[in-house]
Amino acid sequence: MATEILMPALSPTMEEGTLAKWLKKEGDTVSAGDIIAEIETDKATMEFEAVDEGIMGKILIAEGTEGVKVNTAIAVLLEEGEDADAAVASSSSAPAEEKEEAPAETHASAPAAAAPAKDVPQLDLTPDWPEGTSVKTQTVREALRDAMAEEMRGDDRVFLMGEEVAEYQGAYKISQGLLDEFGARRVIDTPITEHGFAGIATGAAFAGLRPIVEFMTFNFAMQAIDHLINSAAKTLYMSGGQMGAPMVFRGPNGAAARVGAQHSQDYAAWYSMIPGLKVVMPYTASDYKGLMKSAIRDPNPVIFLENEILYGKSFDVPEIEDYTVPLGKARVAKQGKDVSIVSFGIGMTYAMEAAEKLAEEGIDAEVIDLRTLRPLDYDTVLASVMKTNRMVTVEEGWPVGSIGNHLSAYVMTHAFDYLDAPVLNCTGKDVPMPYAANLEKHALVTTQEVIDAVKQVTYR
Amino acid sequence: MAAKKPAPQANVSKEELLGYYRDMLLIRRFEEKAGQLYGMGLIGGFCHLYIGQEAVVVGLEATAKEGDKRITSYRDHGHMLACGMEANGVMAELTGREGGYSKGKGGSMHMFSKEKHFYGGHGIVAAQVPLGAGLAFADKYNGTDNVTFTYFGDGAANQGQVYETYNMAQLWDLPVVFVIENNQYAMGTSVARSTKSPSLFERGKAYGIAGEEVDGMSVLAVKEAGERAVAHCRAGKGPYILEVKTYRYRGHSMSDPAKYRTREEVQKMREERDPIEGIRSMLLTGNHATEEDLKAIDKEIKDVVNASAEFAKESPEPALEELWTDIYA
Repeated sequence: MATEILMPALSPTMEEGTLAKWLKKEGDTVSAGDIIAEIETDKATMEFEAVDEGIMGKILIAEGTEGVKVNTAIAVLLEEGEDADAAVASSSSAPAEEKEEAPAETHASAPAAAAPAKDVPQLDLTPDWPEGTSVKTQTVREALRDAMAEEMRGDDRVFLMGEEVAEYQGAYKISQGLLDEFGARRVIDTPITEHGFAGIATGAAFAGLRPIVEFMTFNFAMQAIDHLINSAAKTLYMSGGQMGAPMVFRGPNGAAARVGAQHSQDYAAWYSMIPGLKVVMPYTASDYKGLMKSAIRDPNPVIFLENEILYGKSFDVPEIEDYTVPLGKARVAKQGKDVSIVSFGIGMTYAMEAAEKLAEEGIDAEVIDLRTLRPLDYDTVLASVMKTNRMVTVEEGWPVGSIGNHLSAYVMTHAFDYLDAPVLNCTGKDVPMPYAANLEKHALVTTQEVIDAVKQVTYR
Repeated sequence: MAAKKPAPQANVSKEELLGYYRDMLLIRRFEEKAGQLYGMGLIGGFCHLYIGQEAVVVGLEATAKEGDKRITSYRDHGHMLACGMEANGVMAELTGREGGYSKGKGGSMHMFSKEKHFYGGHGIVAAQVPLGAGLAFADKYNGTDNVTFTYFGDGAANQGQVYETYNMAQLWDLPVVFVIENNQYAMGTSVARSTKSPSLFERGKAYGIAGEEVDGMSVLAVKEAGERAVAHCRAGKGPYILEVKTYRYRGHSMSDPAKYRTREEVQKMREERDPIEGIRSMLLTGNHATEEDLKAIDKEIKDVVNASAEFAKESPEPALEELWTDIYA
């Protein structure tokens, strides 16, 4: 049977080209792999190879022809004894029309109309643990260690890997005691090679283990970020659901104190942009514990952003066996009616301080601790804003493309009619972190800025 | 192309030779068909063909056992066919259809098979190297004697993460065979233009990793070296490097006019060193097969490949709902 040779697409964007030269004449024998023509695209002249064997029948497009559309028949390849003209007449050459289909429904996360939502979300005020539960005072550091140890006791697939996590007991002593309990098979010191060990841990997760990767700080994860995003976050999608990376990347994030520009950076907004990742940034010790346990059990890659300054801060932690906090659920840290202050991580320090001082001036602020940044608990934010009609966001990260920016846009889209003032974002300043103590203090968000923002949106 | 020793021929059965012939031919014909479908606009984006390199994966797969893992770069169609993944599913992924291994969401560069222990299909040059060591880490952690074949090219061999991985793989005795497919060109840059240390396997010595250079145009030479590497890994002695000297006949991707080498260079390699022709002449001169036998195999392979192209054209595009699935487990 005769085969039509079609004008090939020789690059992802080629729609037409010039048939520069025929290297085979009518009647020539052609083997698979023979170069039969030269074709010019907008980028280069390319050799065009035969895929099938046969005899060059009729050449339909003469050499030198410009603007030959991709998929136009340019020649006919015959089998022995076939007649060229008959073959041309019997074949059709119209490329199939492409159809543009519109999505049947818009997805939930697509922008909705600015009209108020029909179902007004309600604030979930259920406490994280039942009233009357006994609590103990624990630092964030201890809570994190307990969470990892409990999960490692329960699941042999869970292991901890990172710089100084084993024999040194953790650069910030988060893994204190874990080597003694679990041994060198499961608590693994790595050389200082973030790119490499992040990739190794991700490969181990593909194979079914549950790695916890400690970055000494998230600043160093910049060397490894390709594996966090391209390897860990995207594989489930790229494999059509066959395999993914059930793992936790954890470590201190954001500014510590006086460590300068390269060691002081908040990655909350960076990672929160990535579909396929979950992102957690807790404030209290009980949330550190409960969310870390949930993160280790989660079948997805979780970025767990800690804070060095919070490590030594103490909070109540419930004495409940196997205490977990679900990913994706915000916490109402303080109820109020005049304004919603929405924050997360160490930003909560400023939010709570500001709320306290505002109360003295008769402004009753509600404080929402997001805890998880992806998936984000939009309903809790909306419910609060629909009640107070004003919102101020607080974070230490940079202002451009911040979590606050995103929430402002979300609230504008979904609760425009409920807003009595523009949303204000309190963020770190748009500068690299300076070293000098006075400059550093000003580079970060301050409690006074939060108070000022609240007064501005409440017109006081 | 330095073939250091002649290809071993003793103790190779007729069935084995015929198997290699069939497996390599399948890859070649499949890739030719993929090139054709690309030309017709049925395959989009990037498409990196494996033509010329078939002996590498076929030789190494001959040393693998159940549970062994493999991972590679974006030039991955040959690896998938060699480890037993279906031509239909691979071709339908190339055309972006529902019947593809990733339901059309991965494309030429991103396919996986949990069943066949094929872990991709990675588009960032050298990213698969630590990932492959991580797969091997899991086997060591779980106490199996499985190995992971981690394939990368001469271009990837200059990436920093390769050496971070060498260091840790040797430190922790990970059962990983690093297979450097040295096809001499990193896209358009020849090895000589990218390094003054062109013996790539020798770089492993700095980390204490054993390795050797292999004639990648001989499936038997690849298999023989592969057996040494695999035995080393299974015995718990840590990683092993195979630098397999091979050659890609086609451009880096479909849109590569390949002006960095002469047509004569390619032609000479095809005529004198072709891995499929090598086995074919071995089969014929050794009286293991007749022309007719081989023609029958050719026909059988052509049918498989044509059927895969039909499947890939007829399989529907993924449902629009698929846009939103498989983001979270």
